[in-house]
Amino acid sequence: MNSLKPLIEVKDVDVSYRGHRVLSGANVVVRRGEIVTLIGPNGAGKTTLVRVMLGLLRPTVGTVTRQPGLSIGYMPQRLSIDPALPITVKRFLQLGSPQGLHKDRCAEVLEEVGAGHVIAQPMQGISGGEMQRVLLARALLREPDLLVLDEPVQGVDLTGQAELYRLIEGIREHRNVGVVMVSHDLHVVMAQTDHVICLNQHVCCAGHPSAVSVHPEFVALFGTDVASTLAVYAHKHDHEHTLDGHVHAPEDGHVHGEDCHHG
Amino acid sequence: MDEWGLGLNMDAFLVRALLAGCAVAIVAGPLGAFVVWRRMAYFGGALSHTALLGVALGFLVGVEPIAGVSFVVVSVALILGGLQRVRGLSLDTLLGVVAHAALALGLIVASTLEGVRIDLMGYLFGDILAVGWADVAWIWFSIVVILGALGFLWRDLLSATVHADLAQVEGVNVRRTDVVFMLLLACVVALAMQVVGILLVTSMLIIPASAVRSLSRTPEAMAALAAGTGVISVCAGLWASYLFDIPAGPGIVAAASLLFVGGMLVKTRS
Repeated sequence: MNSLKPLIEVKDVDVSYRGHRVLSGANVVVRRGEIVTLIGPNGAGKTTLVRVMLGLLRPTVGTVTRQPGLSIGYMPQRLSIDPALPITVKRFLQLGSPQGLHKDRCAEVLEEVGAGHVIAQPMQGISGGEMQRVLLARALLREPDLLVLDEPVQGVDLTGQAELYRLIEGIREHRNVGVVMVSHDLHVVMAQTDHVICLNQHVCCAGHPSAVSVHPEFVALFGTDVASTLAVYAHKHDHEHTLDGHVHAPEDGHVHGEDCHHG
Repeated sequence: MDEWGLGLNMDAFLVRALLAGCAVAIVAGPLGAFVVWRRMAYFGGALSHTALLGVALGFLVGVEPIAGVSFVVVSVALILGGLQRVRGLSLDTLLGVVAHAALALGLIVASTLEGVRIDLMGYLFGDILAVGWADVAWIWFSIVVILGALGFLWRDLLSATVHADLAQVEGVNVRRTDVVFMLLLACVVALAMQVVGILLVTSMLIIPASAVRSLSRTPEAMAALAAGTGVISVCAGLWASYLFDIPAGPGIVAAASLLFVGGMLVKTRS
């Protein structure tokens, strides 16, 4: 098992749309068995970074290196199938499975994510929580090395959210996959993640959850209430944001901590 | 042959119309299902409006109208496919502009042609009773090719329709799939124009498909039932046209609309 070599490595990536830079200097490394979580406010570039990792978006600057033969299971943020398209959960899963896959695999994987009972139902008729499980099942059917989950608990009630996170945690353990996850749920992120990357158009801070939660930029983004409930120990301040999110460096210059970058 | 040749001769135009109409219905059903699933009804409408420009240009250059139509419709499909958005305008608005600009331009070019009188009514509302055997043969040949391509593309197209990014990550070439789909759609628009006319082409695509939604449990069932509904509409429309002396194209669309209402009633009951 090649656990030290990264499954995927994003290095110094900038993304611009029509000359407007939406992401700069992003670095991400995901290894097998590791959960990396991307957090940050709306418009921070989380989904942009995910799309770069998936190969859906070419970075303007920088490189993305995937392990040769890397299989990615992707769970999109939202699936809206037109009500006019008649499609059952089973058919939806088969659509994403490699061809020639044994028929029972869909049922098995759906069972694994705890949604075995919806297999014959139309996709438009299942609940938010069931939908997320079905999407997760589709990602797992490809026997992925890397799972990319864009807001996996969106539209799910609180108890359902906790269950889903436990499920993801279990999948990481049993299947020994790398996981990249976009999330808003800071408490759970802090409890279950190995590595947090806090984005606000650049990487504000990155590292172990306990370190990130007291980082001044993190506190600035999410407020002192959130930060204090998550805080574990103090961390050295290195740069600030103006109100519009731009980096404001102290006039006498500043020093970066490890894994901390901005554009 | 001779003893029933008389009967055939009497109704030969009707036989040709049936053959041509059914062929178009068979292919418009499945493609129309995708048009409905992908919410592209307006795209189909815009394409068909450009067809008159194709007819006029065909006369201008001196080629068969269908060649002019195919060229213009396919070109417009490719251009529209490439234009995802013009600054500040939605695709919806853009399609409206293209559709009516092309229709106006087509009418202008048609009016300036010297020595040719284009049968405008025939192009706008269809002239299925005038199709010849060569047209029938050409339509059936095209239908077989289009259905073959659609069958080949089916899985990828369905996957991209459900979620484009997911399909792309899973290895589907979404861009290529979309372009081929738009080309097929352009071909069907050019063919359907001969049956129901430019202004009613979209109806051949979306009415049969949406009529059978409530009866379908799989995408394939919906596509097949849409084709069947289209064929029934063509038969019923032509029959009504023959019996009551009403125009054939509108008759076909009216028949499809009746079936659509029937489909809605089934839906509300279940």
